[in-house]
Amino acid sequence: MAYTVVGQSVSRVDAVAKVTGKAKYTDDFSERDMLIGKVLHSPYAHAIVKSIDVSKAKALPGVEAVLTYKDLPEIRYATAMPGVIEAIATDEVSVAELKYGTAGHPFSLDSSHRDKEDRHILTQKARFVGDNIAAVVATDALIAAKALKLIEVEYEVLEALTSTEAALKEGAPLIHDDCERNILASGGYEIGNIEEAFKDSDHVIEGEYETSIVQHCHLENQVSHAYVDSDRRIVIMTSTQIPHIVRRIVAQSLGISWGRVRVIKPYVGGGFGNKQDVTIEPLNAAMSLAVGGRPVKLELSREEAMIDTRTRHAFKFKIKTGINQDGKINGIHISAVSNTGAYASHGHSIASSGGGKFRYLYPTKALKYDPITVYTNLPVAGAMRGYGTPQIFFAFESHIEDIAKKLNMDPIEIRKKNLVEVGFVEPLSKNKIMSCAIRECIDKGRELIKWDAKKALYKKQSGDKRRGLGMACFSYASGTYPVALELAGVRIVMNQDGSVQLQLGATEIGQGSDTVFAQMVAEILGLPMYMVHVISTQDTDITPFDTGSYASRQTYVTGMAVEKAALEIKQKVLGFCHSMTDTPAHLLDLKDQWIVFKESGEKVQALEVVAMQSYYDRVHAQPITSDVSNNARINAIPFGVTFAEVEVDIKTGKIKILEIYNVHDSGKIVNPLLAEGQVHGGVSMAIGYALSEQLLFDEATGKPLNNNLLDYKLPTIMDTPKIGAAFVEKEDPTGPFGVKSLGEPPIVSPAPAIRNAVLDATNVAFNRIPMTPQRVFEKLKEAGTI
Amino acid sequence: MYDIKGYYDAETVSEATALLAENPNLKLIAGGTDVLIKLHGGQLEGAELLGLRKIKSLEHIRVADDGTIVIGAMATFSTVFNNPILRELIPILTEAAISMGGPQIRNIATIGGNVCNGATSADSASSLFALNAQLKLQAKNGERLVPIREFYLGPGKVALNPGEILTEILIAPEDYKGFGGQYIKFSMREAMDIATLGVAVVCKVQSGNFAEVRIGLGVAGPTPLRCLEAEEYAKGKKISSETLAEIGKLAVKSAKARTSWRASKEYREHLVEELTQRALKIAVVNAGGAELV
Repeated sequence: MAYTVVGQSVSRVDAVAKVTGKAKYTDDFSERDMLIGKVLHSPYAHAIVKSIDVSKAKALPGVEAVLTYKDLPEIRYATAMPGVIEAIATDEVSVAELKYGTAGHPFSLDSSHRDKEDRHILTQKARFVGDNIAAVVATDALIAAKALKLIEVEYEVLEALTSTEAALKEGAPLIHDDCERNILASGGYEIGNIEEAFKDSDHVIEGEYETSIVQHCHLENQVSHAYVDSDRRIVIMTSTQIPHIVRRIVAQSLGISWGRVRVIKPYVGGGFGNKQDVTIEPLNAAMSLAVGGRPVKLELSREEAMIDTRTRHAFKFKIKTGINQDGKINGIHISAVSNTGAYASHGHSIASSGGGKFRYLYPTKALKYDPITVYTNLPVAGAMRGYGTPQIFFAFESHIEDIAKKLNMDPIEIRKKNLVEVGFVEPLSKNKIMSCAIRECIDKGRELIKWDAKKALYKKQSGDKRRGLGMACFSYASGTYPVALELAGVRIVMNQDGSVQLQLGATEIGQGSDTVFAQMVAEILGLPMYMVHVISTQDTDITPFDTGSYASRQTYVTGMAVEKAALEIKQKVLGFCHSMTDTPAHLLDLKDQWIVFKESGEKVQALEVVAMQSYYDRVHAQPITSDVSNNARINAIPFGVTFAEVEVDIKTGKIKILEIYNVHDSGKIVNPLLAEGQVHGGVSMAIGYALSEQLLFDEATGKPLNNNLLDYKLPTIMDTPKIGAAFVEKEDPTGPFGVKSLGEPPIVSPAPAIRNAVLDATNVAFNRIPMTPQRVFEKLKEAGTI
Repeated sequence: MYDIKGYYDAETVSEATALLAENPNLKLIAGGTDVLIKLHGGQLEGAELLGLRKIKSLEHIRVADDGTIVIGAMATFSTVFNNPILRELIPILTEAAISMGGPQIRNIATIGGNVCNGATSADSASSLFALNAQLKLQAKNGERLVPIREFYLGPGKVALNPGEILTEILIAPEDYKGFGGQYIKFSMREAMDIATLGVAVVCKVQSGNFAEVRIGLGVAGPTPLRCLEAEEYAKGKKISSETLAEIGKLAVKSAKARTSWRASKEYREHLVEELTQRALKIAVVNAGGAELV
């Protein structure tokens, strides 16, 4: 379809605010006499607090409150709290004993579908280095830091389980008493009969693959402030992707009714999934309650944020594939061990979701997936861009490359032989592939990188620097349907001049969603972009309900609600015009701020005139608004491919990416420039994942070794090659304007593509990322290359 | 917020040495890119700082009449990198300077601060070692010259006596004239990173032979160091792949690499051997020698 605004690279609606510094982030807001909160983190990975003495800390001038796992209940019943917050109805349960889950999932009425509730605001049992034992509230940050040092804690130190092997071994201590063998959850799926599929195969090939713990490293660390307002409600301003969920979980953590909490989310400096979780907010609320509702700010340092928020789950995979001589795969069996760290957070959902999104790419007669998610005494793993897919696709796209090599098949041909077709109904989710351009994506990428010419050129190399090419494919999803609820809320109000305010429950966190939503509204209402005013701040008191920004759901899922709300406005405008001009609404359309005849384009009435009339007509006045909610009970599957060219310095083990292209099938692209930005961001994150990033811990103690941006090797712009982004635009019939998701997909396939390129260059298969220079050196030495 | 108890600053060296003599607890702060990190990390508490940033005389870079290169201790890494004299005469130092941190850090971090911080990973150190730099240390009652090899005592420990301020870094003409050099910073990232290994070499070439070679290594031991055995071996040897290979092997002997989570001893030693040769290959060409194929 031909659109005028959708499909254009219009400027971000927040571009000027952001580059001029006018955009306000949480830390830019202040309350009068704001106090500062700080957290006492456990120095032990696994320990029980035997005693805790806060008397010296409390005595320090400037200290307003000290909180411990024991002192939380007093906040509500004993100290300066009377009348500030009402206690819950069931007074038997104290706040200290309340357990809550932190994952940013929509609430489920079905209790069996809820996230595991295993967290306290402050804990008596430390489960990772960094766990929250106590907290102070003081008049400034230095006093708060000094007070932390005055808290005397006696620990009984337990064995630190710093790997899934250690956690699973016979007789290992339990990290959570209610989880046998430290297994949080297990269970995947089986489609068809895997053993029969293997029997029917010419070859059965096995491989093992491993990914590491990495961190989001969003620019803006977790920061919030909390206070109790005159209505005796807790107000929290926080840097989050999920304001409505934060509201629910803070209420649950404090045992108060949900309406007693109000959450405000201003501009956010990146989240990448780490802010699809509730981290500092319950403690921040408790801190304010501890000082009679006065405002308290809680801001994590980079060193804290890197261990005491969330990380990406490390996975170990065993894969077995049955394949015929012609390259057709009969069956795949994937076993996976996922390391979730000290608390559940998103827990087993990560392993499940990765295994779920994998099912769309290569339909086979039989597919079996056996994941287990294991607790360890390491920082808590949660949601991170890709949500389990970068792990499983690294494993499988490496595996299929190994198979191609073993069977002497072309790596592109073997994939093409097994790729999905339009019309495929995935047997478990029942999601149907309505559009698929993966083959066109592959052809485009192959051409962009000049695959065939370079492949021939790099056949025989013997020098110190060797080049190679690799590729890898992926499938993803647009939102979480049918696993979770996909509700989105949108409100539009038309002003007297015909311009509109657009209010969304979905959160802009830097990805550009506000801009694409404004484009959709402008398209439908025939408005220029400057007449669509997006309210970027979410305030749970005011904002329509939407569970937030995650699962690459915004453009697709919230887009449906935006389309619905804008169409309602359009109908009302045309209806009002009908009443003014006696021209039937169905003959009319909106164009360039005019109501026109649909067929001829002849002008009927200026939009401004209709809008004015809607406000001030003495008889018919009724300002034009819409307030809709949309429940998206459908999903669209995006696809894509990465092509990479590397040069390996075999003497030092350094890998340099010479060229890299991501080609995406994300349906219609609403804003090509922003889409390219998403691809650049995702690919650069994936380059770090493949080559340099890894959170490291002392094996014996679980102490973090590199929780800062010097020692954690996030690639700089100097390490990032020019990233090529391309799109094959086939409109998907299910999405608004034919869109499919694009937020997370760019991070999924670069790591295996780079790994496959390194294999091509060196003839050595690296089955573990990151491929750091030392690991490359060691492996090449082992292989006798050097 | 930083835990700073007091801050003093001086506009001249004598003012600074006088303040320092009065209060030996004063912690010198130049660009602050190391001191503030220590304050942030809690290694330094309740600091009383003596700022040197107003002492403009310490920012100068010049060549003295006798050919000695004089670098003021308060010259920033950007100043060092952009200085045309240093670029021409001792490019291994300017290349080391540009390899450090990012633009913002280079605009404020000083070469004197880098040296006095005492880190084996100091980006300027391997080059200054290879160049036989001398350090001028000024106290209230006089000054002294210390060779840089004697200045580094251990990790974070330097031979700066109480009351002393590093004012100038000197490189004698016989240590740079006629030499060609090369600096290689090997790090995990191309910017804003700490070196896994820093290799600075200079050499003099005479009719296809090495007349003299000096090799400075950073992060190959607890302090920056020189590879004296390799240097001694190289003297008078024919420039060939075999000689280079032997130099590489001998360089490892001087290194005191150890295994840490950052890198293993084996890998570090491998890098010393490999990168010393790579640096020398280029240094030979820079010294007017023929390229080894």
